[in-house]
Amino acid sequence: MGLTAPAKSHVVSIDPANTDSWMTTRLDFLVNWGRANSLWPMPFGTACCAIEFMASAASKFDLARFGMERMGYSPRQADVLICAGRVPFKLAPVLRRIWQQMPQPKWAISMGACASTGGMFDNYAVVQGIDTIIPVDVYVPGCPPRPEALIYGIMMLQKKVMKDRMGDTAARDEMEPDPKSQFYIPATLVDELSEPFGNSVQQTRSGM
Amino acid sequence: MSVFQIVQAGTAPGLPEPVSPRNVPHRGGDANPSAEALKLRFGGAVSRVDVVWGETAVTIDVARALEIVQWLHDDETQSYEYLVDVTAVEFRDRDQPMEMIWHLRSIKYRRFLRLKAQLPKGKPMHVPSICPVYKSADWLERECYDMFGITFDGHPDLRRILLWEQYAEGFPLRKDFPLRGRFSRAEQLRQALAANPEARYSMEELAIADAFEELPLDMRARIKGGESTGE
Repeated sequence: MGLTAPAKSHVVSIDPANTDSWMTTRLDFLVNWGRANSLWPMPFGTACCAIEFMASAASKFDLARFGMERMGYSPRQADVLICAGRVPFKLAPVLRRIWQQMPQPKWAISMGACASTGGMFDNYAVVQGIDTIIPVDVYVPGCPPRPEALIYGIMMLQKKVMKDRMGDTAARDEMEPDPKSQFYIPATLVDELSEPFGNSVQQTRSGM
Repeated sequence: MSVFQIVQAGTAPGLPEPVSPRNVPHRGGDANPSAEALKLRFGGAVSRVDVVWGETAVTIDVARALEIVQWLHDDETQSYEYLVDVTAVEFRDRDQPMEMIWHLRSIKYRRFLRLKAQLPKGKPMHVPSICPVYKSADWLERECYDMFGITFDGHPDLRRILLWEQYAEGFPLRKDFPLRGRFSRAEQLRQALAANPEARYSMEELAIADAFEELPLDMRARIKGGESTGE
């Protein structure tokens, strides 16, 4: 009865002959299964992507099917930050603070071209990708992405959550930003991530 | 004029019924009668009158802008009650002076008037603030200062409005401003992250300012010390 065979990570074993209703699985699997199916989003909507996000959350696409029905407008009660829209430099410290206020474990989805790369706004005012401010788990491309794309990104995140191992605590440690620059990553990497690409290479750097 | 006097469109006596303009010439249509009145009243301060696509632009002497706007607002025969926009234009031609632009609308007379003033290059740009006439000029002039670096003399609270107050890269809508800013991306982000998001609000902007006197002493001390909201 009970523990008949060593449980694999994704296996829930049950012994039908056992009248005490035992069930065995790995604690990792059980915890991750719970987490992945109740990711409470913290919507950080700044632009048109937020409209698509609202459409995803509304009845037709119904994010509640993925356990995301509760929008955590308080970062302290949220699991996944969904940054939907462009982030100007003025908003960078706000985004950083919201990320720091979220309790571990936490994940981030960068929704749309602007949040992921700055998009078409390769100018003085817009952050060239929120990965220069906070760590990002899933990037959803699109301008803006359709709800299906966001849901696909969320399902990818769920797969990532399922791969978490409780033994690996390093992944869940709260990162400390560099005290001088407040960066999570080296300054040279910020510059590298912000390099223009595509059509914006043709834009003039010097003005006149 | 009381503060909340309702102005109804086209209530001035003898005004024709409004018709949709047709076949408007690019240049040289009928000028807004206010242009002629301005020339009579202010003479030398009005340097030229252009009519482009049926809209009248009057170029005035920048030093007398406040006086002229005040008259246009107060005079019964003009009644420009509504300030549409305050902005500026810099041209690609380095020698061409910058232009300061005010858009005024008279609801009573159904008139639109564009005032322009030239600001020569190469010296600090000073323009009289029209806040004493139009309260709505407050943020418009702050935006113009933020983007072009034009100083509005007499503005009650002239500081940046869209960019943060510590922004050190200059004035973005000037032609000598590089599209991506002057600093490297890392430096821009470092400066942005160093800013306290709550320190950008003056006490006047916080709703709490209205009730400041009724607050407990310790809260007053904290707000005066620069903290805007508690965490």
